[in-house]
Amino acid sequence: MVRIDFNRLRFLVIDDNAHMRRILRTLLHGFGAREVYEAEDGAAGLEAFTHYIPDIIITDWAMPIFDGLELAQMIRQPGANANPYVAIIMLTGHSEKKRVTAARDAGVTEFLAKPISAKGLYQRIVNVVANPRPFIKTKTYFGPDRRRNVNASYVGPERRKGGKADLIRQTALLEKVRSPG
Amino acid sequence: MAPHKNTAAIATYGDHEVIKPENKLRKYVSDTPFVPGEDDPVARAEAALAAMSGEFGSMMDEECDRLDKERRAVLKHGFTKATTEKLFHAAHDIKGQAATFGYPAVASAADSLCRLIEYTPDTTRIPTKLVDQHVDAVRAIYREYTRSDAQDLAALLSSRLREVTDEFLIRENRNRPDILEQITGGPSIVPE
Repeated sequence: MVRIDFNRLRFLVIDDNAHMRRILRTLLHGFGAREVYEAEDGAAGLEAFTHYIPDIIITDWAMPIFDGLELAQMIRQPGANANPYVAIIMLTGHSEKKRVTAARDAGVTEFLAKPISAKGLYQRIVNVVANPRPFIKTKTYFGPDRRRNVNASYVGPERRKGGKADLIRQTALLEKVRSPG
Repeated sequence: MAPHKNTAAIATYGDHEVIKPENKLRKYVSDTPFVPGEDDPVARAEAALAAMSGEFGSMMDEECDRLDKERRAVLKHGFTKATTEKLFHAAHDIKGQAATFGYPAVASAADSLCRLIEYTPDTTRIPTKLVDQHVDAVRAIYREYTRSDAQDLAALLSSRLREVTDEFLIRENRNRPDILEQITGGPSIVPE
């Protein structure tokens, strides 16, 4: 297990449910965190993000005013705020594929389905602290690289264009069939 | 608070940039491995959560009361945007928190109510009796949780609610194949 100096990390917890905020605060303090700030909706969360400049945001999806997805989109605006690269962990009861994809496309760094566990939360925090992914900026997306790993068995075109863009080499099915062995 | 200054290595390609921001958090990671017997942060957090478990019953009481209140609002005012959202949200919170509070068997009935609201294209067509059955089931499963056969009854009740809900949803979404696929679709793709 990776050891993290939690007492130097600054967290912002955004959830409209007071019970869940308390549970998250308890877990984070249990890990050793000292700086844990809270907000109860997306608007207050954005304000707190600007004010406290947290290292890690843990946000719920469904919230009043604007939700966790909209919050992530607002934060992932290069040049518009102090830290558009901030780690965003989305904690939610939604775990369906379309939801996970929507969160990923909004620039969420990690996704954690409820019910919450200390182990699951710890692992997500370790991921964003120790192994952050590079960011990708296109006309329509700014956020962590949505390709978490190279899929050696992927067959199909490389969708990223230009020069050295083919960082992840993908072999077309035809080439695979033609190649000896 | 003073903002961190971001420095990032940027590589530009045909239609995108790959940006590697400076990892300011890396310095908080220690490469020294844990040794046996050393204080485990996960165990410490679990212990902290267990220490507040005496309050979970009253938290669950509050969540169930909230669900009942939102149900009554729907019965009184109908399925408006506001009443529908609040009912969904109350059920959704129970679905997500029941296991943490020590009542995992309550989550399935709450989840069925969430699906009923989320996948019904015109919520005014939802039979209020079906809403009542869900809310009453959530509250009954919680109330009777200490019974020896509580888990079996909860499973039976939740399963029946889900069946009735799915029948209704399949009927209501018969012309929406993409939604039908989601209703009858696969399990979560989120890792544990």
